[in-house]
Amino acid sequence: MSITAETSTGSTLREGAFGHATELACRECGSTQELGPYYVCRECFGPLEISYDFPAITREQIEAGPNNIWRYKALLPVPDDIEQSPNLEPGFTRLLRADNLARELGLTRLWVKDDSTNPTNSFKDRVVACALSAAREFGSKVFACPSTGNLANAVAAAGARAGIKTVVFIPSNLETPKQVNSAIYTENLVAVDGNYDDVNRLAGEIAGEEDGWAFVNVNVRPFYAEGSKTLGYEIAEQLGWRLPDQVVIPVASGSQLTKVHKAFRELVTLGLVEDKPVKIFGAQATGCSPVSEAFREGWDVIRPVRPDTIAKSLAIGNPADGVYVLDIVRETGGAIADISDDEVRDAIVLLARTEGIFTETAGGTTVGVLKKLIETGQLDTSLETVVINTGHGLKTLDAVTDLVGPAATIAPTYEAFTAAGIA
Amino acid sequence: MSINVRIPTILRTYTQEQSQVSAEGATLTDVLDSLESSFPGIKARVVDDEGKLRRFVNIYVAEEDVRFSKGLDTPTPDGSQVSIIPAVAGGC
Repeated sequence: MSITAETSTGSTLREGAFGHATELACRECGSTQELGPYYVCRECFGPLEISYDFPAITREQIEAGPNNIWRYKALLPVPDDIEQSPNLEPGFTRLLRADNLARELGLTRLWVKDDSTNPTNSFKDRVVACALSAAREFGSKVFACPSTGNLANAVAAAGARAGIKTVVFIPSNLETPKQVNSAIYTENLVAVDGNYDDVNRLAGEIAGEEDGWAFVNVNVRPFYAEGSKTLGYEIAEQLGWRLPDQVVIPVASGSQLTKVHKAFRELVTLGLVEDKPVKIFGAQATGCSPVSEAFREGWDVIRPVRPDTIAKSLAIGNPADGVYVLDIVRETGGAIADISDDEVRDAIVLLARTEGIFTETAGGTTVGVLKKLIETGQLDTSLETVVINTGHGLKTLDAVTDLVGPAATIAPTYEAFTAAGIA
Repeated sequence: MSINVRIPTILRTYTQEQSQVSAEGATLTDVLDSLESSFPGIKARVVDDEGKLRRFVNIYVAEEDVRFSKGLDTPTPDGSQVSIIPAVAGGC
Protein backbone atom coordinates (compact mmCIF):
# COMPACT_ATOMS: atom_id res chain seq x y z
CA MET A 1 0.00 0.00 0.00
CA SER A 2 1.36 3.43 -0.77
CA ILE A 3 0.76 6.59 1.12
CA THR A 4 1.07 10.03 -0.33
CA ALA A 5 1.66 12.92 1.96
CA GLU A 6 3.81 15.97 2.11
CA THR A 7 7.05 16.18 3.99
CA SER A 8 8.26 19.37 5.58
CA THR A 9 10.34 20.03 2.50
CA GLY A 10 7.40 19.40 0.20
CA SER A 11 8.67 16.15 -1.26
CA THR A 12 6.68 12.91 -1.22
CA LEU A 13 7.24 10.29 1.42
CA ARG A 14 9.03 7.09 0.44
CA GLU A 15 7.17 3.82 0.16
CA GLY A 16 6.74 2.15 3.55
CA ALA A 17 7.97 5.20 5.47
CA PHE A 18 5.56 4.44 8.29
CA GLY A 19 5.45 0.66 8.11
CA HIS A 20 1.90 -0.65 8.31
CA ALA A 21 0.40 2.68 9.41
CA THR A 22 -2.34 3.76 7.01
CA GLU A 23 -3.79 7.08 8.14
CA LEU A 24 -4.46 9.39 11.09
CA ALA A 25 -7.85 9.14 12.80
CA CYS A 26 -9.37 11.47 15.38
CA ARG A 27 -9.86 9.74 18.68
CA GLU A 28 -12.76 11.98 19.49
CA CYS A 29 -14.86 12.23 16.31
CA GLY A 30 -13.36 9.58 14.03
CA SER A 31 -12.46 11.90 11.13
CA THR A 32 -9.48 10.66 9.18
CA GLN A 33 -6.67 12.39 7.37
CA GLU A 34 -3.46 11.41 5.60
CA LEU A 35 -0.30 10.61 7.55
CA GLY A 36 1.72 13.76 8.14
CA PRO A 37 3.14 16.02 10.88
CA TYR A 38 -0.33 16.72 12.27
CA TYR A 39 -1.66 16.15 15.75
CA VAL A 40 -4.99 17.96 15.89
CA CYS A 41 -8.21 16.97 14.14
CA ARG A 42 -9.34 19.52 11.57
CA GLU A 43 -12.94 19.02 12.60
CA CYS A 44 -12.96 19.06 16.39
CA PHE A 45 -9.38 19.75 17.56
CA GLY A 46 -9.33 16.26 19.09
CA PRO A 47 -6.16 14.16 19.28
CA LEU A 48 -5.11 12.21 16.18
CA GLU A 49 -4.05 8.58 16.43
CA ILE A 50 -2.34 6.27 13.98
CA SER A 51 -4.43 3.58 12.28
CA TYR A 52 -2.80 0.44 10.95
CA ASP A 53 -3.34 -2.48 8.64
CA PHE A 54 -1.27 -5.01 10.54
CA PRO A 55 0.21 -8.07 8.80
CA ALA A 56 -0.08 -11.53 10.31
CA ILE A 57 2.73 -11.81 12.84
CA THR A 58 4.00 -14.63 15.05
CA ARG A 59 5.71 -14.79 18.42
CA GLU A 60 8.72 -16.39 16.72
CA GLN A 61 9.12 -13.45 14.34
CA ILE A 62 9.16 -11.04 17.27
CA GLU A 63 11.49 -13.22 19.32
CA ALA A 64 13.92 -13.28 16.38
CA GLY A 65 14.17 -9.49 16.53
CA PRO A 66 16.73 -7.40 18.44
CA ASN A 67 16.61 -6.90 22.23
CA ASN A 68 15.12 -3.43 21.90
CA ILE A 69 11.85 -1.85 20.77
CA TRP A 70 12.52 -2.63 17.11
CA ARG A 71 11.58 -6.25 17.68
CA TYR A 72 8.04 -4.79 17.50
CA LYS A 73 8.71 -2.60 14.45
CA ALA A 74 5.90 -4.23 12.47
CA LEU A 75 3.45 -2.78 15.00
CA LEU A 76 4.98 0.71 15.03
CA PRO A 77 4.81 3.57 12.48
CA VAL A 78 8.39 3.04 11.34
CA PRO A 79 9.96 1.71 8.13
CA ASP A 80 11.21 -1.84 7.88
CA ASP A 81 14.82 -0.60 7.71
CA ILE A 82 14.53 1.37 10.98
CA GLU A 83 17.39 -0.58 12.56
CA GLN A 84 19.77 0.90 9.99
CA SER A 85 19.05 4.46 11.16
CA PRO A 86 21.34 5.69 13.95
CA ASN A 87 19.36 5.51 17.19
CA LEU A 88 19.85 4.73 20.87
CA GLU A 89 18.20 1.28 20.63
CA PRO A 90 15.96 1.68 23.66
CA GLY A 91 13.62 -0.77 25.31
CA PHE A 92 13.44 -4.46 26.13
CA THR A 93 14.24 -3.45 29.69
CA ARG A 94 14.01 -5.91 32.55
CA LEU A 95 10.78 -7.14 34.06
CA LEU A 96 11.85 -7.92 37.62
CA ARG A 97 9.95 -10.14 40.01
CA ALA A 98 9.60 -8.11 43.19
CA ASP A 99 9.11 -10.75 45.88
CA ASN A 100 10.40 -8.65 48.79
CA LEU A 101 8.14 -5.73 48.02
CA ALA A 102 5.24 -8.11 47.35
CA ARG A 103 5.71 -9.65 50.76
CA GLU A 104 5.93 -6.21 52.37
CA LEU A 105 2.65 -5.13 50.75
CA GLY A 106 0.83 -8.44 51.06
CA LEU A 107 0.72 -9.13 47.32
CA THR A 108 0.80 -12.64 45.88
CA ARG A 109 2.87 -11.73 42.82
CA LEU A 110 4.39 -8.40 41.84
CA TRP A 111 6.62 -7.39 38.92
CA VAL A 112 8.45 -4.13 38.31
CA LYS A 113 8.90 -3.15 34.67
CA ASP A 114 12.14 -1.27 35.12
CA ASP A 115 12.51 1.39 32.43
CA SER A 116 15.13 3.27 34.42
CA THR A 117 17.81 1.34 32.54
CA ASN A 118 16.96 2.84 29.14
CA PRO A 119 19.71 4.85 27.35
CA THR A 120 18.75 8.15 29.03
CA ASN A 121 17.22 6.43 32.05
CA SER A 122 13.53 6.91 31.42
CA PHE A 123 10.82 5.40 29.27
CA LYS A 124 10.96 8.49 27.05
CA ASP A 125 13.64 6.86 24.92
CA ARG A 126 10.92 4.65 23.46
CA VAL A 127 8.58 7.40 22.33
CA VAL A 128 11.44 9.60 21.15
CA ALA A 129 12.80 6.82 18.94
CA CYS A 130 9.44 6.63 17.16
CA ALA A 131 9.21 10.42 16.83
CA LEU A 132 12.74 10.53 15.44
CA SER A 133 11.80 8.06 12.75
CA ALA A 134 8.84 10.23 11.75
CA ALA A 135 10.98 13.40 11.78
CA ARG A 136 13.48 11.68 9.48
CA GLU A 137 10.82 10.55 7.06
CA PHE A 138 9.28 14.04 6.99
CA GLY A 139 12.66 15.62 6.29
CA SER A 140 12.50 17.74 9.47
CA LYS A 141 15.56 19.89 10.09
CA VAL A 142 15.06 20.41 13.84
CA PHE A 143 14.10 17.83 16.45
CA ALA A 144 12.50 19.56 19.42
CA CYS A 145 10.30 19.24 22.49
CA PRO A 146 8.83 21.01 25.50
CA SER A 147 9.65 18.94 28.56
CA THR A 148 9.69 18.59 32.31
CA GLY A 149 13.02 16.92 31.92
CA ASN A 150 13.06 13.28 30.90
CA LEU A 151 11.80 13.97 27.40
CA ALA A 152 14.38 16.72 26.89
CA ASN A 153 17.14 14.31 27.94
CA ALA A 154 15.87 11.68 25.52
CA VAL A 155 15.37 14.07 22.60
CA ALA A 156 18.77 15.71 23.02
CA ALA A 157 20.57 12.37 23.18
CA ALA A 158 18.65 10.74 20.34
CA GLY A 159 19.19 13.80 18.15
CA ALA A 160 22.91 13.78 18.87
CA ARG A 161 23.14 10.12 17.81
CA ALA A 162 21.08 10.75 14.69
CA GLY A 163 23.06 13.86 13.72
CA ILE A 164 20.04 16.16 13.69
CA LYS A 165 19.85 19.60 15.34
CA THR A 166 17.88 19.52 18.60
CA VAL A 167 16.22 22.33 20.56
CA VAL A 168 14.65 21.48 23.91
CA PHE A 169 12.47 23.73 26.09
CA ILE A 170 12.15 23.24 29.86
CA PRO A 171 10.64 25.13 32.81
CA SER A 172 13.45 27.18 34.33
CA ASN A 173 12.86 25.75 37.84
CA LEU A 174 13.66 22.19 36.75
CA GLU A 175 16.03 20.16 38.93
CA THR A 176 19.67 20.74 38.02
CA PRO A 177 20.44 17.10 37.19
CA LYS A 178 17.69 17.12 34.57
CA GLN A 179 18.99 20.39 33.08
CA VAL A 180 22.55 19.07 32.84
CA ASN A 181 21.27 15.75 31.54
CA SER A 182 19.89 17.55 28.50
CA ALA A 183 22.45 20.32 28.02
CA ILE A 184 25.21 17.73 27.88
CA TYR A 185 23.87 16.47 24.53
CA THR A 186 22.80 19.78 22.97
CA GLU A 187 23.81 23.41 23.08
CA ASN A 188 20.19 24.43 22.44
CA LEU A 189 18.55 24.02 25.84
CA VAL A 190 16.01 26.81 26.41
CA ALA A 191 14.83 27.49 29.99
CA VAL A 192 11.37 29.10 30.07
CA ASP A 193 10.06 31.11 33.03
CA GLY A 194 6.80 29.26 33.52
CA ASN A 195 5.37 25.85 34.39
CA TYR A 196 5.23 22.90 32.05
CA ASP A 197 1.85 23.89 30.62
CA ASP A 198 3.31 27.31 29.67
CA VAL A 199 6.28 25.62 28.00
CA ASN A 200 3.97 23.23 26.18
CA ARG A 201 1.79 26.07 24.91
CA LEU A 202 4.87 27.94 23.65
CA ALA A 203 6.02 24.83 21.84
CA GLY A 204 2.63 24.55 20.17
CA GLU A 205 2.92 28.13 18.94
CA ILE A 206 6.46 27.64 17.68
CA ALA A 207 5.44 24.41 15.94
CA GLY A 208 2.80 26.42 14.10
CA GLU A 209 5.22 29.15 13.07
CA GLU A 210 8.51 27.41 12.23
CA ASP A 211 8.86 25.21 9.16
CA GLY A 212 10.52 21.83 9.40
CA TRP A 213 10.58 21.63 13.20
CA ALA A 214 9.44 18.28 14.57
CA PHE A 215 8.24 18.77 18.14
CA VAL A 216 8.13 15.17 19.28
CA ASN A 217 5.11 15.48 21.56
CA VAL A 218 3.36 18.21 19.56
CA ASN A 219 3.22 18.03 15.77
CA VAL A 220 4.54 14.47 15.46
CA ARG A 221 2.74 13.37 18.61
CA PRO A 222 0.68 10.57 17.00
CA PHE A 223 3.93 8.87 15.90
CA TYR A 224 5.66 9.60 19.19
CA ALA A 225 2.85 8.25 21.35
CA GLU A 226 2.94 4.84 19.68
CA GLY A 227 6.32 4.15 21.28
CA SER A 228 4.67 3.62 24.67
CA LYS A 229 2.89 0.56 23.30
CA THR A 230 6.23 -1.25 23.48
CA LEU A 231 5.97 -1.19 27.29
CA GLY A 232 2.80 -3.24 27.01
CA TYR A 233 4.22 -5.57 24.35
CA GLU A 234 7.32 -6.24 26.45
CA ILE A 235 5.40 -6.88 29.66
CA ALA A 236 3.32 -9.49 27.86
CA GLU A 237 6.26 -11.10 26.07
CA GLN A 238 8.41 -11.17 29.21
CA LEU A 239 5.63 -12.77 31.24
CA GLY A 240 5.77 -15.58 28.67
CA TRP A 241 3.30 -14.21 26.14
CA ARG A 242 0.48 -13.56 28.54
CA LEU A 243 -1.20 -10.56 30.09
CA PRO A 244 -0.99 -9.65 33.80
CA ASP A 245 -4.13 -9.20 35.91
CA GLN A 246 -3.42 -5.66 37.10
CA VAL A 247 -1.09 -2.87 36.00
CA VAL A 248 -0.31 0.37 37.85
CA ILE A 249 0.84 3.20 35.59
CA PRO A 250 1.81 6.80 36.41
CA VAL A 251 -0.41 9.46 34.81
CA ALA A 252 0.98 12.74 33.52
CA SER A 253 -0.69 13.40 30.16
CA GLY A 254 -2.29 9.97 30.35
CA SER A 255 -0.74 8.94 27.06
CA GLN A 256 1.33 6.05 28.46
CA LEU A 257 -1.62 4.45 30.22
CA THR A 258 -3.79 4.62 27.10
CA LYS A 259 -1.03 3.15 24.94
CA VAL A 260 -0.23 0.26 27.30
CA HIS A 261 -3.90 -0.66 27.22
CA LYS A 262 -3.91 -0.30 23.41
CA ALA A 263 -0.87 -2.59 23.19
CA PHE A 264 -2.56 -5.31 25.23
CA ARG A 265 -5.66 -5.12 23.01
CA GLU A 266 -3.52 -5.27 19.85
CA LEU A 267 -1.72 -8.38 21.09
CA VAL A 268 -5.06 -10.07 21.68
CA THR A 269 -6.38 -9.07 18.25
CA LEU A 270 -3.20 -10.33 16.59
CA GLY A 271 -3.58 -13.66 18.39
CA LEU A 272 -0.26 -13.24 20.21
CA VAL A 273 -1.74 -13.54 23.70
CA GLU A 274 -4.94 -14.97 25.10
CA ASP A 275 -7.64 -12.50 25.91
CA LYS A 276 -8.35 -11.94 29.59
CA PRO A 277 -9.45 -9.02 31.76
CA VAL A 278 -6.64 -6.68 32.78
CA LYS A 279 -7.42 -4.01 35.36
CA ILE A 280 -5.60 -0.76 34.64
CA PHE A 281 -4.78 1.58 37.52
CA GLY A 282 -3.46 5.15 37.31
CA ALA A 283 -1.19 6.91 39.77
CA GLN A 284 -0.88 10.64 40.42
CA ALA A 285 0.56 12.91 43.06
CA THR A 286 -2.05 14.85 45.04
CA GLY A 287 -0.38 18.14 44.09
CA CYS A 288 -1.32 17.48 40.46
CA SER A 289 -4.16 15.02 40.38
CA PRO A 290 -6.83 16.26 38.00
CA VAL A 291 -7.51 12.77 36.62
CA SER A 292 -7.64 11.16 40.05
CA GLU A 293 -10.06 13.87 41.19
CA ALA A 294 -12.29 13.31 38.16
CA PHE A 295 -12.31 9.57 38.82
CA ARG A 296 -13.18 10.02 42.47
CA GLU A 297 -15.93 12.54 41.73
CA GLY A 298 -17.41 10.49 38.90
CA TRP A 299 -16.85 13.23 36.33
CA ASP A 300 -16.58 12.81 32.56
CA VAL A 301 -14.37 15.85 32.11
CA ILE A 302 -11.08 16.93 33.63
CA ARG A 303 -10.86 20.15 35.61
CA PRO A 304 -7.44 21.70 34.91
CA VAL A 305 -5.26 22.37 37.96
CA ARG A 306 -2.10 24.31 38.70
CA PRO A 307 0.50 21.66 39.56
CA ASP A 308 2.34 21.81 42.87
CA THR A 309 4.20 18.59 43.54
CA ILE A 310 7.72 17.23 43.69
CA ALA A 311 6.68 14.69 41.06
CA LYS A 312 7.64 17.16 38.35
CA SER A 313 7.54 14.61 35.56
CA LEU A 314 3.85 14.10 36.32
CA ALA A 315 3.08 17.82 36.65
CA ILE A 316 0.70 18.26 33.73
CA GLY A 317 -2.19 20.41 34.94
CA ASN A 318 -4.29 19.99 31.82
CA PRO A 319 -3.87 16.44 30.49
CA ALA A 320 -5.89 16.15 27.30
CA ASP A 321 -5.57 12.33 27.36
CA GLY A 322 -7.10 12.43 30.84
CA VAL A 323 -10.63 11.63 29.67
CA TYR A 324 -9.38 8.54 27.85
CA VAL A 325 -7.62 7.42 31.02
CA LEU A 326 -10.94 7.73 32.86
CA ASP A 327 -12.69 5.65 30.19
CA ILE A 328 -10.09 2.88 30.29
CA VAL A 329 -9.82 2.72 34.06
CA ARG A 330 -13.57 2.57 34.47
CA GLU A 331 -14.03 0.06 31.65
CA THR A 332 -11.38 -2.31 32.99
CA GLY A 333 -12.48 -2.15 36.61
CA GLY A 334 -9.36 -0.33 37.75
CA ALA A 335 -9.02 2.94 39.65
CA ILE A 336 -6.91 6.07 39.90
CA ALA A 337 -5.52 7.30 43.19
CA ASP A 338 -3.19 10.03 44.36
CA ILE A 339 -0.75 10.37 47.23
CA SER A 340 1.08 13.14 49.03
CA ASP A 341 4.65 14.18 48.25
CA ASP A 342 5.79 12.60 51.54
CA GLU A 343 4.20 9.31 50.53
CA VAL A 344 5.95 9.58 47.15
CA ARG A 345 9.32 9.95 48.86
CA ASP A 346 8.66 7.13 51.28
CA ALA A 347 7.74 4.88 48.38
CA ILE A 348 11.03 5.66 46.59
CA VAL A 349 12.86 4.49 49.70
CA LEU A 350 10.61 1.44 50.08
CA LEU A 351 11.27 0.25 46.53
CA ALA A 352 15.00 0.80 46.85
CA ARG A 353 15.26 -0.95 50.22
CA THR A 354 13.14 -3.95 49.24
CA GLU A 355 14.19 -4.49 45.63
CA GLY A 356 17.36 -2.52 44.97
CA ILE A 357 15.63 -0.36 42.37
CA PHE A 358 16.09 3.41 42.63
CA THR A 359 13.16 5.17 41.06
CA GLU A 360 12.47 8.86 40.51
CA THR A 361 9.47 10.73 41.93
CA ALA A 362 7.14 9.42 39.20
CA GLY A 363 8.03 5.87 40.15
CA GLY A 364 7.64 6.70 43.83
CA THR A 365 4.17 7.93 42.93
CA THR A 366 3.37 4.64 41.21
CA VAL A 367 4.63 2.43 44.03
CA GLY A 368 3.03 4.66 46.65
CA VAL A 369 -0.30 4.51 44.87
CA LEU A 370 0.04 0.72 44.57
CA LYS A 371 0.35 0.68 48.35
CA LYS A 372 -2.64 3.00 48.79
CA LEU A 373 -4.84 1.00 46.40
CA ILE A 374 -4.07 -2.12 48.44
CA GLU A 375 -4.99 -0.32 51.65
CA THR A 376 -8.31 0.88 50.22
CA GLY A 377 -9.07 -2.56 48.83
CA GLN A 378 -9.34 -1.26 45.26
CA LEU A 379 -6.46 -3.46 44.12
CA ASP A 380 -6.75 -7.23 44.62
CA THR A 381 -3.68 -8.58 46.41
CA SER A 382 -4.26 -12.11 45.12
CA LEU A 383 -3.90 -11.04 41.47
CA GLU A 384 -0.66 -10.82 39.48
CA THR A 385 0.34 -7.15 39.35
CA VAL A 386 2.86 -5.12 37.36
CA VAL A 387 4.05 -1.63 38.24
CA ILE A 388 5.95 0.49 35.74
CA ASN A 389 9.12 2.27 36.86
CA THR A 390 9.37 5.04 34.33
CA GLY A 391 12.59 6.75 35.38
CA HIS A 392 15.77 6.53 37.44
CA GLY A 393 16.07 8.04 40.90
CA LEU A 394 19.34 9.76 40.00
CA LYS A 395 17.20 12.26 38.10
CA THR A 396 15.38 13.44 41.23
CA LEU A 397 18.01 13.08 43.93
CA ASP A 398 16.77 16.22 45.67
CA ALA A 399 13.52 14.47 46.50
CA VAL A 400 15.18 12.02 48.90
CA THR A 401 18.33 13.85 49.96
CA ASP A 402 16.92 14.64 53.38
CA LEU A 403 15.43 11.17 53.88
CA VAL A 404 18.50 9.03 53.52
CA GLY A 405 22.13 9.40 54.46
CA PRO A 406 24.84 7.91 56.65
CA ALA A 407 23.64 6.03 59.71
CA ALA A 408 26.72 7.32 61.54
CA THR A 409 29.89 9.28 60.94
CA ILE A 410 32.71 7.70 62.92
CA ALA A 411 36.39 8.02 63.61
CA PRO A 412 38.49 5.39 61.80
CA THR A 413 38.76 3.11 64.85
CA TYR A 414 37.24 -0.23 65.70
CA GLU A 415 36.01 1.21 68.99
CA ALA A 416 34.16 3.99 67.21
CA PHE A 417 32.58 1.40 64.92
CA THR A 418 31.33 -0.80 67.77
CA ALA A 419 30.10 2.25 69.66
CA ALA A 420 28.01 3.26 66.65
CA GLY A 421 25.94 0.09 67.02
CA ILE A 422 25.90 -0.80 63.34
CA ALA A 423 26.90 -4.45 63.75
CA MET B 1 -12.92 47.26 22.49
CA SER B 2 -10.19 46.22 20.11
CA ILE B 3 -8.77 42.80 20.86
CA ASN B 4 -5.81 41.00 19.28
CA VAL B 5 -6.53 37.35 18.57
CA ARG B 6 -3.81 34.81 17.88
CA ILE B 7 -5.05 32.16 15.44
CA PRO B 8 -3.59 28.63 15.56
CA THR B 9 -2.29 27.07 12.34
CA ILE B 10 -5.26 24.77 12.04
CA LEU B 11 -7.73 27.71 11.85
CA ARG B 12 -5.76 29.88 9.44
CA THR B 13 -7.70 28.54 6.49
CA TYR B 14 -10.56 30.70 7.82
CA THR B 15 -8.45 33.83 8.25
CA GLN B 16 -6.65 33.84 4.87
CA GLU B 17 -3.50 32.55 6.58
CA GLN B 18 -3.30 35.43 9.04
CA SER B 19 -1.88 34.36 12.39
CA GLN B 20 -2.97 37.47 14.25
CA VAL B 21 -6.29 39.26 13.67
CA SER B 22 -8.34 42.00 15.35
CA ALA B 23 -11.76 41.58 16.87
CA GLU B 24 -14.21 43.55 18.97
CA GLY B 25 -15.98 42.62 22.20
CA ALA B 26 -16.17 43.09 25.94
CA THR B 27 -16.24 39.36 26.69
CA LEU B 28 -14.83 36.30 25.00
CA THR B 29 -18.27 35.38 23.63
CA ASP B 30 -18.50 38.81 21.97
CA VAL B 31 -15.00 38.41 20.57
CA LEU B 32 -15.87 35.02 19.07
CA ASP B 33 -19.00 36.46 17.49
CA SER B 34 -16.91 39.30 16.11
CA LEU B 35 -14.45 36.79 14.64
CA GLU B 36 -17.33 34.87 13.12
CA SER B 37 -18.62 37.94 11.31
CA SER B 38 -15.18 38.57 9.82
CA PHE B 39 -14.32 34.91 9.20
CA PRO B 40 -17.48 32.82 8.79
CA GLY B 41 -17.29 29.27 10.08
CA ILE B 42 -14.52 29.86 12.58
CA LYS B 43 -16.74 29.99 15.64
CA ALA B 44 -18.13 26.48 15.13
CA ARG B 45 -14.61 25.06 15.28
CA VAL B 46 -14.17 26.48 18.75
CA VAL B 47 -17.65 26.38 20.27
CA ASP B 48 -19.98 23.40 19.96
CA ASP B 49 -23.72 23.23 19.13
CA GLU B 50 -24.60 23.81 22.77
CA GLY B 51 -22.55 26.98 22.89
CA LYS B 52 -19.82 25.42 25.03
CA LEU B 53 -16.08 25.70 24.46
CA ARG B 54 -14.96 22.53 22.67
CA ARG B 55 -13.14 20.07 24.89
CA PHE B 56 -9.87 20.15 22.98
CA VAL B 57 -9.57 23.90 22.58
CA ASN B 58 -7.86 26.17 25.08
CA ILE B 59 -8.37 29.90 25.01
CA TYR B 60 -6.15 32.29 26.89
CA VAL B 61 -7.03 35.89 27.67
CA ALA B 62 -3.91 37.79 28.72
CA GLU B 63 -2.02 34.49 29.25
CA GLU B 64 -4.71 33.11 31.57
CA ASP B 65 -6.61 29.96 30.57
CA VAL B 66 -10.27 31.02 30.50
CA ARG B 67 -11.30 27.73 32.12
CA PHE B 68 -9.66 29.07 35.28
CA SER B 69 -11.58 32.28 34.91
CA LYS B 70 -15.13 32.77 33.58
CA GLY B 71 -15.01 30.61 30.49
CA LEU B 72 -16.76 32.21 27.57
CA ASP B 73 -17.92 35.05 29.86
CA THR B 74 -14.33 36.06 30.60
CA PRO B 75 -13.97 39.81 30.15
CA THR B 76 -11.69 41.00 27.35
CA PRO B 77 -10.46 44.52 28.16
CA ASP B 78 -9.43 46.81 25.32
CA GLY B 79 -6.06 45.86 23.88
CA SER B 80 -5.95 42.38 25.43
CA GLN B 81 -4.36 39.43 23.71
CA VAL B 82 -6.56 36.41 23.15
CA SER B 83 -4.89 33.16 22.06
CA ILE B 84 -6.71 30.11 20.69
CA ILE B 85 -4.55 27.03 21.17
CA PRO B 86 -5.35 23.36 20.54
CA ALA B 87 -5.30 21.46 23.82
CA VAL B 88 -2.34 19.37 22.90
CA ALA B 89 -2.23 16.24 25.00
CA GLY B 90 0.74 17.67 26.80
CA GLY B 91 3.16 14.89 27.55
CA CYS B 92 6.55 15.57 29.01
